[in-house]
Amino acid sequence: MRQGYDGIVVAAPVTIPYARYSVHGAHHWLGRALHGLVQAAHLAPKDLDGLCVSSFTLGNDTAIGLTQHFGLSPRWLDHIPMGGASGVVALRRAARAVQAGDADIVACVAGDTNAPDSFRATVAGFSRFAIDAALPYGAGGPNAAFALLTDAYMRATGATREDFGRIAVSQRDNARGFPHALLRSALTMDQYLAARMVTDPVALFDCVMPCAGAEGVLVMRESTAKNLGLAYAYLRAAIERHNAFPDDPIQLRGGWAMDRDELYDMAATTPDRIGLLQTYDDYPVIVMLQLEGLGFCAPGEGPEFVRTHDLRLAGDFPHNSSGGQLSGGQAGAAGGYLGLTDALRQLTGAAIGRQIAGLQRALVSGFGMINYDRGLCSGAVILEAV
Amino acid sequence: MIRHPGNPTILPAAPLVPPAARSRTAGGLAVAASQGRFALQVCADCGRSQYPPREACVGCLGARLNWRDVPTGGVLSAASTVRISSDPYFRQHTPWRMGSVRLDCGVDAMVHLHRDCAVGGRVSMVLKLDKAGQGVMVALPETDINAMQSDPKFRAFTCDPAGRRVLVTDGRTTFGQAAARALIAAGAEVFLGIAAPWHPFPGQNDLPGTPMTLDLTDGISVQNAAAAIGARVDIIVNTSGYFRPGAGDARAAMEVSYFAALRLAQLFVPALQARAGDGTHPACAWVNMIGINGLVPDPAASLASAANAATLALVRALRPTMRPLKLINAFVGPLDDQWHQALPPPKTSTAQFAQAVIAALRDGVEDIAVGDIARHILAQWHDNAAITLHA
Amino acid sequence: MSSLAAFAADLAAGSLKIVDLTQTLAPDFPTIVLPPQFGQCAPFRMEVISRYDDAGPGWFWHNISVGEHTGTHFDAPVHWVTGKDLPNNTTDTLVVQNLIAPACVVDCSKDAANNGDYLLTVATLEAWEAKHGKIPAGNWVLFRSDWSKRSGADYANVLEDGAHTPGPDAAAVQWLVDRGVLGLGVETIGTDAGQAHTFTPMYPAHTLMHGAGRYGLQCLCNLDQLPPTGAMIVAAPLKILGGSGSPLRVLAIVPA
Repeated sequence: MRQGYDGIVVAAPVTIPYARYSVHGAHHWLGRALHGLVQAAHLAPKDLDGLCVSSFTLGNDTAIGLTQHFGLSPRWLDHIPMGGASGVVALRRAARAVQAGDADIVACVAGDTNAPDSFRATVAGFSRFAIDAALPYGAGGPNAAFALLTDAYMRATGATREDFGRIAVSQRDNARGFPHALLRSALTMDQYLAARMVTDPVALFDCVMPCAGAEGVLVMRESTAKNLGLAYAYLRAAIERHNAFPDDPIQLRGGWAMDRDELYDMAATTPDRIGLLQTYDDYPVIVMLQLEGLGFCAPGEGPEFVRTHDLRLAGDFPHNSSGGQLSGGQAGAAGGYLGLTDALRQLTGAAIGRQIAGLQRALVSGFGMINYDRGLCSGAVILEAV
Repeated sequence: MIRHPGNPTILPAAPLVPPAARSRTAGGLAVAASQGRFALQVCADCGRSQYPPREACVGCLGARLNWRDVPTGGVLSAASTVRISSDPYFRQHTPWRMGSVRLDCGVDAMVHLHRDCAVGGRVSMVLKLDKAGQGVMVALPETDINAMQSDPKFRAFTCDPAGRRVLVTDGRTTFGQAAARALIAAGAEVFLGIAAPWHPFPGQNDLPGTPMTLDLTDGISVQNAAAAIGARVDIIVNTSGYFRPGAGDARAAMEVSYFAALRLAQLFVPALQARAGDGTHPACAWVNMIGINGLVPDPAASLASAANAATLALVRALRPTMRPLKLINAFVGPLDDQWHQALPPPKTSTAQFAQAVIAALRDGVEDIAVGDIARHILAQWHDNAAITLHA
Repeated sequence: MSSLAAFAADLAAGSLKIVDLTQTLAPDFPTIVLPPQFGQCAPFRMEVISRYDDAGPGWFWHNISVGEHTGTHFDAPVHWVTGKDLPNNTTDTLVVQNLIAPACVVDCSKDAANNGDYLLTVATLEAWEAKHGKIPAGNWVLFRSDWSKRSGADYANVLEDGAHTPGPDAAAVQWLVDRGVLGLGVETIGTDAGQAHTFTPMYPAHTLMHGAGRYGLQCLCNLDQLPPTGAMIVAAPLKILGGSGSPLRVLAIVPA
């Protein structure tokens, strides 16, 4: 049995409101997130002795360059290039650093900028395998990779477009109460189904809107949080897995299935006691894989699960409380933090939108890096209210 | 019938290319595609096939990954149609069908997908050169032997002469005349270049196609021809060259080979390149007849070796700059002509050359060897270029 | 008044005129073509160096390349093996006094214009002398065939057994050599007839003329504008080191 994360807490959720396009660089957005963290925790920048950064649009800079850019002298530093898994992985690593005494207060931030051509440029140079073996086949970017997964998933499970629509429509409903979301106008199932095809069977409302933005949290010991007078939640369990099931012809499962039992064992809980599920939702099919992989339903039963549950904040299975990336926008690597910051707000009673009453436990899942034909990173954390 | 390009009152489709960047290792796909082979890296230690191209074996981490022909079968795992692409080339060509194939050799590949391939069904894989000159995976129906032609989208990978206008540069030779005849039979309209028309030559009274004055050793002549037909020609088949044994007039040899190709490159081919995205039958290829001695020098033909090597180096250097055109090297062995009377067979015949050019255009390959000698030498070169050149 | 001053005055007054006997030096002008196993004379080629462009913003010029025996050209005695050891036999050592000389124009156009196998014979030359007087030593003899009025394939007139163009027979050449002529000028690509490889000796105009240190002029035109006698020919080849000939501008000065 792995050592737990006793006494480690997460505090000070910061979301820098997203913008469709920004004239500023990623440094600007990450700087604002750090500024938000020190302000929220009434700290001076020098009090941050740990820093963990994720971003796609820093150019040649990595976390080390940012220390000088931002005037920080951390004694623990990490750079996590894992896209949608960055939040989960950052939390896991920062928690161990604090637990071991390598750092006292770790600022975990993710952010990206977005100019009209940023997304195309990121896709065009994403990875060696993508350049060699994915981009030349229509240059559909992640849409194309997920279209293939969606096509295969529909054939394997009998999922319909309407099933994916339930995810998108319910999240839009959640976003209507979340002022930072870029897409807050009502979305009906008819509108979802009538949307134009982008890359069959992925249609417009299955895709996220690239944008600029940043997110951040602080990781520290419970005693530190108390001294600072911060609201916080406990980190109870964390898993990560990379390049799981590499021999599957096409990705119909993520790495969660390999580690999920350990996740719940560490947190001494079960799926039915999770009050809020924050999945990584850059396409609805990946939400299905998470529902199945994290044990909320059996493999292949994702479609039936979304048909029989109400995924809205007020429903019987609250999911993606801020509307997720499908409504909020995808601010690059910050998309890997989106569920984390809002879960923390919900667990500390500081919801921006509708507060889930009596929430005890949230599961935040991450998924990232379509290096070639499938997402390589998967991970999850369970956070628990005080 | 010659298909005309689009509306002449609007800007033609620009000659764009699909994403061209690749790792150096992935260049092996283009090498295989240029020869019409289906080859992947195979681990010399554990025998596992690799894709995408790698630097270490995905099975055993061994570094000895060699390009080997692998089985072409596979099963289509999933399919999609890209309707919105961020890439300007594909924006011209959407909707674009693609898919994911589990190959019989165990790897998964994203593929360009023939319209008749069904998910769950078996497919037959080929490597083709795309308009960027890179090797790409193409999945075809197993049963359709004419598959590259039966999906109109796949015209992007081939240069079928049917419906296209072709300039054959040197109609003074029987090779040029034979190529012209074969191209006409394949459905092309042919212009046949004739240098120094005041000087008689065999076959002059029965020339195929539309003869026109063209002397590749004279820049003014090339310029005039380009002005006359450059806006209409879709394919150039350059049969000018120096293919004689022994020594001779080196300057003259370079004039009919290297300088001839250079003048085409400077004065004529740009007109093709500009129209390489336009209409249903865009300009698509420049074929050069090149002695295989340009690749592996022949002591019995030192001058031709140097002249052909110069042409070959020029074509290879120009290739990346001439996309989306295909620059096809048609390597010939000793020709079955008067200059090689004393040489025993096999020799490259006019018929072999003409049919090989048609096949290369239809298949969209870029390096072909015509006849047994050229094929043998090219095989030796592929097997071990260093030994071949040393010997 | 000196004779030169009178000459200048006559030119200025228009009582003397200049006739250009030169074909335009162009890439597509036919050249002599030897059997393929022999080396070939390079045709004229020109390439722009700059044309008021980035290679030369304010000027326009070409690089040219050409064989010594391309276009309207001069044959020096060293051109033929029979003249290889003679003095002053190359373009740079020619006696410059010879580069301006009078000409006798033998008009055979009536019979030669439509006959590629027409041969200039001693009889024709003697008939000419009977009419115009003895050909003086040191004169050019210009053989008018009107073939310069043809072009392209008609001009080269190459058939399966080689070129068929008018020229002198061997006896006529020897007769001219004996008269002490400066050289023979023709409108066709060679001073010899197209079929002169079948003559004895082969190529008599080259063999005998150059063997005797005489010159040749080829690819002339406008001979129909010259009088039978009395024209002065200015024919100065390029001063090529050890050269066997050169393209040149040939001018005739004739009474108006």
